[in-house]
Formats: sequence, structure tokens, C-alpha cells
Amino acid sequence: MTSTSTLPTFDPSVGTSDGSIGWVFRDTLAMTGRNLTAMRRVPQVLVFSLVQPVIFVLMFRYVFGGAIQIPGRDYVDYLMPGIFTQTVAFGAINTAVGLAEDKGKGLLERLRSLPMSRSAVLGGRVMADTVRNVVVILLMILIGTLVGFRTHTNVLAVAAGVGVLVLFGVALASIFVLIGLSVPNGEAAQAAAFPLLAPLVFASNAFVDPSTMPSWLEWWAVRQPVSKTTEAVRALMLGGETAGPVTASVLWSLAIMAVMSPIAIARYRKS
Amino acid sequence: MSSTSPAPHTKGPAIVAESLVKHFGDVHALQGVSFEVPSATVLGLLGPNGAGKTTAVRILTTILQPSSGRAAVAGVDVVAHPHEVRRRIGLAGQYAAVDENLTGHENLTLVGRLNHLAKAVARARSTELLAQFQLTDAAHRPVRTYSGGMRRRLDLAAALVAHPPVLLLDEPTTGLDPSSRQDLWDVIASLVSDGTTVLLTTQYLEEADRLADRIVVIDHGLVVAEGTAAQLKSRLGETAVALSFRHSELADRAVHLLGDFGASLLPSDPTSLSIPLRGGAATVREVLNLLHAHDLEVGRIDLHEPTLDDVFISLTGARS
Repeated sequence: MTSTSTLPTFDPSVGTSDGSIGWVFRDTLAMTGRNLTAMRRVPQVLVFSLVQPVIFVLMFRYVFGGAIQIPGRDYVDYLMPGIFTQTVAFGAINTAVGLAEDKGKGLLERLRSLPMSRSAVLGGRVMADTVRNVVVILLMILIGTLVGFRTHTNVLAVAAGVGVLVLFGVALASIFVLIGLSVPNGEAAQAAAFPLLAPLVFASNAFVDPSTMPSWLEWWAVRQPVSKTTEAVRALMLGGETAGPVTASVLWSLAIMAVMSPIAIARYRKS
Repeated sequence: MSSTSPAPHTKGPAIVAESLVKHFGDVHALQGVSFEVPSATVLGLLGPNGAGKTTAVRILTTILQPSSGRAAVAGVDVVAHPHEVRRRIGLAGQYAAVDENLTGHENLTLVGRLNHLAKAVARARSTELLAQFQLTDAAHRPVRTYSGGMRRRLDLAAALVAHPPVLLLDEPTTGLDPSSRQDLWDVIASLVSDGTTVLLTTQYLEEADRLADRIVVIDHGLVVAEGTAAQLKSRLGETAVALSFRHSELADRAVHLLGDFGASLLPSDPTSLSIPLRGGAATVREVLNLLHAHDLEVGRIDLHEPTLDDVFISLTGARS
């Protein structure tokens, strides 16, 4: 009976299109809300994403800090902007883990079968992780204050520093979306992320002065995005020349997004 | 095969698959699968693991694009107008695809919002479905506290949020206990009686037997059989009655006596014989009367009906 069948014809003008910008926005908000609710329900995730940076603060402030000389600055002031960048960088793992878990549990399949904006799945993930980043950065500023960190500029400049960090977080998220979509589950996302992040975070000016590194490593350490972002945050929060480092950090972030976002979106459409 | 449609008010089949082919690299998941599902009926897509059932569902739900072939759901081509297809389908999968960290109510409301229902409508629909699926008491608990059966019900409820005319259920009861399975079957049956068209993949032959109006058996990406459960079973021969005697000598005498009924000794058991039940209950009565008249006492009577399991095994060479 199937051999003689013909497909019914369909006039697409009959249905209304849900692909408008308004729906993209509303779907993205709905997905952001869902992700934030999930974060609230599992506060351990937020707590654990603070544990590592707090340990680093305590270690570098009290254990190694005495041995590290930074001319013209208290080490704790030098350290904290580095910690902020590190927190944002390692926090990006959550983006990959969240997506990988949605994929592993079949949730992405369901979302794909809904008449929603496709980009809202990725957009909602990145938006929610951005909100989390803001909260975590503010908490880390508070923790820094408790161990002696002081900003030396004004509220606007400090806020701009948070902005630079958040933008860097979004840029990293575009990389980690791709990782999340490429691995089977959350554990694998975690495992894939560390080797990528470690050279970025540690071969940088986040904790030490790169001029103490071998020259080949120093070449990389002063140019790479974690260092540029840390430098920008230092300038904005502690004072000093801001235009150069802020421009460099923002350009890095925009470049990463420009390259990675289309790849991530293509991966999502294909997977 | 059937010229009269079971749902005369509808224009055509709710699902059409025409020569669907899907390759993943060298893996030929579907090698030209065609079937139709008339409106307000259930098609059971049966096959062993890896037969291509899920691939077919993913194409029909626009999640995958076919390598070649065409398909339409609710009258809409899945490749040309995927977004329009998504407005007309509900998908419930082998994994209960609900968010563990959200409550039941939040899950259904989210799906409603993503179906572009107004917020109040989405909430009301969620409350209604939770009641329908006996989840009202658990509505405001995170799903991670739900049992497996509750998750499946919530997953099915999520597929129904936008009142889709076509439901695609990919192994909806895999891993469920018998009573939860029964509950889910009842829900599906009532949806169909209200006019919903269902395509259901399953490895449980009992499930296909219970729910499906028609069955398509696929194996290695090809349709190997199709028809109603009764038609598929009849391919394996008729219902038979097996009579057991105390010893093989009695059985031998009975076989001679019942030659006209087509009796034969069971190869596996020389004390038992099998008689095809062509005349139904009347045959049984005649046989028993005849045996009684010759003082042949029957020890045990078994009715053997071919099951879909027999069909499945004979078609695919696989145990379900």
C-alpha cells in the first residue's frame, strides 16, 4: 500500500513562522531561566566553582606569596585580578558540562523536536553561565577583600573590570559549547577542559611575573588572552594605563567569539 | 491493502515515509524504509536493537535529515518545512528527557513556553497534564526525586503539551515495571481514541500486540514484514491445541484415531500431539468426544497460539 502513495502537498504560508527575532529572544530567556533554576537547585555547583579559586587565594596569599616579589605592588593586589580571570576560565567548564549532560540525558533531542529557536539552546546556556560568572566574580571580590585585597580606582572602573571578565567568560563559553557538544557526558567534558585551560591559566601573568619565565614561555605568557584580561582587570581595579590592556583583552575575546561561535553553532545544528 | 480509512474525516495518512535512507559514514542505518500511518491509528515499528527504529523516528521528528527518500508528518514535508513539522508533533524518547533539577510543573511549563504558549496558558496546561498523569502530588518536587515510572509519565506529558496531532514514541516503556507499563498503555490508547496518531517503536512484542493497529518489522534498515498483529501471526501458521497423554503408546493410538484432524506427534515430546484448530472450539469438542469414546484419557490440554515473538524471531533471527 505504500508503493503508490504520494506525499501530501503543504502550503507553508498556512503556518506562522516562529523564527522571528522576538521568539529567539523569548526562547533564549526561557532557556536561561531553566538553566538558572537548575543552578539554584544544585547550589553545590556554585559552591564547588568557588572552592578551587578560594584554595588558590589562600595558597598564593599565604603560602607562596611571601616568596613572590612584584615591584611596586602588594602581592595580594597583584594576585586577585589573576584569580578572577582564573575563576572565569575554569568556570567555563560548567558550560561544557551543562550542555554535555543535556545531550547525554536526551534533553537536546526533545528541544530539537520543539518549534523553538534553535540558537536559544546555546544562547540560554551562555546567558545563564554569564549570570553565574557575575555572581562568582562579585563573591571573589568579597573574598579578596577579606584577605587584604583593595581596589585603588573608582566603582565605575571596577565595574568595567568585571565587564572585561564577563566578556572573556562569554568568549570562553563559545569554546566550551563546542567541547560540550563533542563529548558524550559531563565527566568527559571536565576531562577535556583541563588540558586546554591549564597552559592558558598557569603560563600567564595571573600569579607570577612572566619575566621570571624562560624567554620562549614568556613570549607566550605576555601575549595570551588570560594575561591580557588579567592585565586589563589590574589596570581597571588598581590603576595604571588602561587603554592598551583593555583593548587587547576585548580584541582577544571578540576574536575567540568570531572564530568559535560559528563552529559551535554549526556543530549544534549537525549533532 | 485496506481501502477504507479508519478515520474517514481526515484527508490522508498522518505519517508517510517514502524510501527513507540514512547513512552514517559506512553505517547504513536505513536502506529504503517506507510506511504509512493513517490518522488516529497506531503503527508499531518493531525491530531488534540497531535495526534503525530510532533513526526513523529522528528523521520523522526533524532531528536528522534523511540521506535520501522523503517523509511527511501531519501533511508537512520533514525536510522542506521542519519547523512546521515540529509544531505538529510530540516526541517521547527512550530516555525520559526531562530536566532532573526542575520540578514536574516547571518542566511542563518550560516545554509549553518553548511551544510558544502564553505563560498563563503554559502553566494551566502543565497543571492539567500533571493531574491527567497522576503527578499532581509530585508537581512541585524536583524530577530527580521521581521514580522511573513517574519520569516516563512526565516525559509523555511533555510530548502532549501542545496537543500535537501526531505522537512519536521511541520505546516509551523500556525499563518500566509491568504496572507502570500498563498505565502508559492505557494513556496511549485513550489518546488514539481521541484522534491522535501514534508511531511507536518497541522491542516488546506484547506492547505492539496491545497497542498497534498495524506493525512494521524492520531489521538492518529494511522493512521485513508489515501487517496487523493477526496477519503477522497467521504467517506462522494457525492456533493449535496440544494434547498430552500419560505415555507414548496412548499418544500413538490417538494420532491414528485423529488422522482426519491433521494430528501429529510433537517432535519434542512423544507423549503429546498437536492438532491445528481450524474449526475453533467445535474441533476441540469433537476431538475430546472421539477420544472419550475410545477410552483415551487426555492428561493435559494446551492451546498454542503463535505469538509476535515467534514472528519476530522467525523474521529477524533475533530474540527480543
